[in-house]
Amino acid sequence: MTVIVLAVTQCLFLMIAAPALVGYVRWLKARLQGRRGAGMFQPYRDLRKTLAKGMVIADTASWIFHMAPCVVVASTVAAAALVPVISANQAGDQLGDLFALMALLILGTIFLALGGLDPGTAFGGMGSSREMTVAALTEPTLAIAILSLALTAGSTSLGTITNTLLTTPSNAIGPGHALAFAAFLIAMLAETGRLPVDNPATHLELTMIHEAMILEYSGPYLALLEWAAALKLTLLLTLAANLFVPWGMATSDGAGALAVGLAAVLAKIAVLATLLAVLETRVAKLRLFRVPELLAMSFTLALLAATSSFFTR
Amino acid sequence: MKLFTKIIRTGVVTEPLPDRAASAITLAREIDRRAQSLFGRALAIRQVDAGSCNGCELEIAGLPGPVYDMERFGLHFVASPRHADMLLVTGPVTRNMAVPLRKTYEATPDPKLVVAVGDCARTCGVFAGSYAVVGPVDRIVPVDAYIDGCPPEPAEILQGILAALGRIEGGRRG
Amino acid sequence: MSETALAIALAAFAAGSVSAMAWPSGPGARRVSLASAFVGCVAALALGIDVLQSGISWTWRSGALLQPLGGVSLRVDPLAAFFVSIVGLTGAPASIYALGYLRELDGGVRGRAVHALFNVFLAGMCLVPLADNVATFLFAWEVMALSSYLLVVSDPKQEGAPAAGLWYLVMTHAGFLALLAGFVILAQDGPLEFPAMRAAAGALTPAAQGIVVLLMLAAFGSKAGLVPVHVWLPRAHPAAPSHVSALMSAAMVKLGVYGTIRVLFDLMPPLSPWWGGALLACGVVTALTGVLYSVAEVHLKRVLAYSTVENIGLIFVGPGFALLMRGYGNVVLAAMGLVVALFHTLNHAVFKSLLFLAAGAVVHGARTSSLEAMGGLIKRMPHTAVLCLVGVLALAAVPPLNGFTSEWLTFQLLVAGARYTAPALAIMLPLALAAVALVAGLAAVSAVRLFGIAFLALPRTDGARDAHEAPATMRAAMLLPALACLILGLVPTLALTQLTAVVTELGLPMGQLDTGLALVLPLVGSQLWPVAIAALLAGAGLVAAAVSRTSRGYPVRIDTAWNCGRIAQSPRSEYTAAAFAEPLKRVFTGFYQPTHEVTVDVHPVSPYFVRGITLRSDFAPWMEQTLYVPLVRAARWISNQTGRLHTGSIHLYLALLPAALLALLLIARWIR
Repeated sequence: MTVIVLAVTQCLFLMIAAPALVGYVRWLKARLQGRRGAGMFQPYRDLRKTLAKGMVIADTASWIFHMAPCVVVASTVAAAALVPVISANQAGDQLGDLFALMALLILGTIFLALGGLDPGTAFGGMGSSREMTVAALTEPTLAIAILSLALTAGSTSLGTITNTLLTTPSNAIGPGHALAFAAFLIAMLAETGRLPVDNPATHLELTMIHEAMILEYSGPYLALLEWAAALKLTLLLTLAANLFVPWGMATSDGAGALAVGLAAVLAKIAVLATLLAVLETRVAKLRLFRVPELLAMSFTLALLAATSSFFTR
Repeated sequence: MKLFTKIIRTGVVTEPLPDRAASAITLAREIDRRAQSLFGRALAIRQVDAGSCNGCELEIAGLPGPVYDMERFGLHFVASPRHADMLLVTGPVTRNMAVPLRKTYEATPDPKLVVAVGDCARTCGVFAGSYAVVGPVDRIVPVDAYIDGCPPEPAEILQGILAALGRIEGGRRG
Repeated sequence: MSETALAIALAAFAAGSVSAMAWPSGPGARRVSLASAFVGCVAALALGIDVLQSGISWTWRSGALLQPLGGVSLRVDPLAAFFVSIVGLTGAPASIYALGYLRELDGGVRGRAVHALFNVFLAGMCLVPLADNVATFLFAWEVMALSSYLLVVSDPKQEGAPAAGLWYLVMTHAGFLALLAGFVILAQDGPLEFPAMRAAAGALTPAAQGIVVLLMLAAFGSKAGLVPVHVWLPRAHPAAPSHVSALMSAAMVKLGVYGTIRVLFDLMPPLSPWWGGALLACGVVTALTGVLYSVAEVHLKRVLAYSTVENIGLIFVGPGFALLMRGYGNVVLAAMGLVVALFHTLNHAVFKSLLFLAAGAVVHGARTSSLEAMGGLIKRMPHTAVLCLVGVLALAAVPPLNGFTSEWLTFQLLVAGARYTAPALAIMLPLALAAVALVAGLAAVSAVRLFGIAFLALPRTDGARDAHEAPATMRAAMLLPALACLILGLVPTLALTQLTAVVTELGLPMGQLDTGLALVLPLVGSQLWPVAIAALLAGAGLVAAAVSRTSRGYPVRIDTAWNCGRIAQSPRSEYTAAAFAEPLKRVFTGFYQPTHEVTVDVHPVSPYFVRGITLRSDFAPWMEQTLYVPLVRAARWISNQTGRLHTGSIHLYLALLPAALLALLLIARWIR
């Protein structure tokens, strides 16, 4: 019973903390640009305002347009339910593993793309086409990164991977682990639409990938989509942190261990978010047709990670 | 690395905004209290260039920058009017921008505000009477606040927006 | 019980074909023959399920039929029963579908012929897995091939059908010859009966084994659609009537899989793991080729045909992996490889038949088969759209549908195998996993493009604007595979537990599978619980929908779509199918090798006044050009050379007879 309570709490934590993470990244980027920036909790105010606004629906839209935000939210929440946040004893392991998580994220992407195609605008189609291309090209990297984790842990279940790394940390000392981490981070940048793949703050439609698909959405639908994007970023950062650097996670149900786990994950996410903000300040967005080169590079890193873990076994 | 040493050396350069609105700001009508409370600390702005000379645009482009930093008030620009709460309109409305401006207004979900920036937006400025101009902005869409100037300063534009939101005092009633 | 089921099935197909030709009235002929086909398919499905559950095999011999070739010999074992049940499962909806689809053919000979051939086709497909000697097998194979060929060329208005039929006919007969040669070598002077071949196979030399495997893979791979002998598939499947395309993609190509498994795992002794590696590589290359072409094609049914090629490639990863693992001594993983392959066979059959039936409804309603001419069909054909969406999501392999479950199993299989410390496997299996993941991603692109361009946005032509919804029979027929997709996705153990009987029969014991709702497999460290995932998705989705409905402080307005303030929105501003695939075509330009042809139309008065510029971009059919065109040229050259014998001199013709006799006697003497 406590396992289920813990799982639900972890999922709710991710859901509630997601806008704060996005707010933190934005605030840090503002500071790095020499501005004061809005506070870390600005996205909550944005969401509250957008939820209360009215909606304008295109007359060419069909029920796909209305269904897409709900499916995007549903799939991202289901994926968040699988992520180990505070404790390495994952109830979500019974539901699915890393491959199921990736498939759930693809489900959201597919419906987002369909929602972009539905109103029949040129930019919506463009965003859908680009988003699906980038999603397809990140698949091999993610699969091989998962494989290299599974080779040492003996399973693709998230809880098992974190537990194995916690009990035998020697597995993590090796080039394979670091290479897989790097590959996963690059793939994560592509999946969540951050620089250098996609600029989340751009206003130029021809440079958009993710934003182009949501140009037609307004009001509560828009709020749901923005929040789902924030949740996706949060869950992937947490996944990166806890799969590759799991130390600090609770292995028992005691209150002390859970508190340490919470503090650890907050610290790890903060570090990763800081690195993300610094990276976004440093690099410029890549041309769309240079993105496959970046993804090919991350794939090579992942493949090296998988084959090197064979040599260290 | 040179970039980050420069960032650290420069630090935060945002200037404080005077909390009384300048005289260049006119509030055209009584703005819905419900809308004002909704947009309290978060506002999405869609900027529409209805045929301006881009002088106002250059000033508006300074708003998201480090000196004026509109984001600290919770304001940000958006690309689609569907995401917008406020339209920031510049320019005398030329013939070929009349319908697009109206369509932009209709594409924006309720509640929405319109702020007209610059002399051209209120009176067509130096282009008044031209064959290419339809009329000032309030001929096409209902305007909630005017910010006079050719071009107005970024600080005045920011104050105009905040006055329309009821966040700062001042501004003429007209 | 299964004996009666088989008898009913065959009798129903026979009755169906006879009544199609002999029933007096046109509509009556259609209804009776298709009802018979439906009964036959249900009986076939019952036969399959009965044998799979009981695990008991039985045989039936008749020396009287096909006497010169050795008599008819049938054997119903779990493997055969599984494939017969696939034929039944996909044939039943197709029969109902044809009731509405072919209504306009009533009253002509062509309609009757199509219904008769449909029944014959189904009968042939049911008999192929049941055959226990070479004569029955090849007879049923040929019946299946000829009836489907006639169905492919049956529509005179289908452009490209005769050429497609020719490719199909030549390749299936080349496969027939390869099969005959392979079986003869496998029999090694013994009787051409499968039990005898099974017993004698241990005495084959490795060279002979290799030749047999190559011949069988060429033949069965061609039928299934393995690269590079798949070229008939994207030509023939779109040309046939849609319910026949559905059967061809869902059931007939699976008989190529059946043949491969029967020969490689049942008739032949354990092969070297290198064959497994080769088959695995072939499957991966096929999957990549299929999906890359399906992303770029513009003809709706050709997209689906290439998607069949892709899924066949994924299916062949299973037997390849199984051979590999058996060679390395891991029988459980080998069994799992086969189980995963068979499970994907079932899943693909279900969702591909749904998609082809939906494609037929779309082509029927919008009177066009090009994606570029469709659009906005979700408003004109709402039920078809929902059913097609289920098929498209299964194709894209998303939870909780069945496509995802078999993809998840394939991934887990490759991960389990990659933990082996053999050097070759350490490189091959991660690469295979990466390729399968890429194929899955590209399949999702193809799925979104298919549904998005055809159904969403605005209609691009008048045909799409005036499209009409499919008749009720067609929609009811599509509902069956859609429900099957959902059920197989939510409760995969329903089918997986039956498949363990199949592989145990083939000599790869796997033990019992957990029959709960969660998918737990031996040697796979993780678990999948589709029902829970579906419940979580549904719950979160409903909460999201509720949130978006209750927080509407301001009313919802309907307005034109935002296209940057343009005066009017026209279908010209939408994304086209070719445009959607453009980024991928650029990334994989080395594969597609596009040709660009630019024509500039100038004013006759002066070349400086340009009237129009046309760009025509197409893929170079490099596979046909490098592999098939030389073969065709060589065949033509040979026939031209032998044509030189027609000198007109009767003395030469008379001399040829004893010369041929002498040559045959010498060859027979040499073989003996």
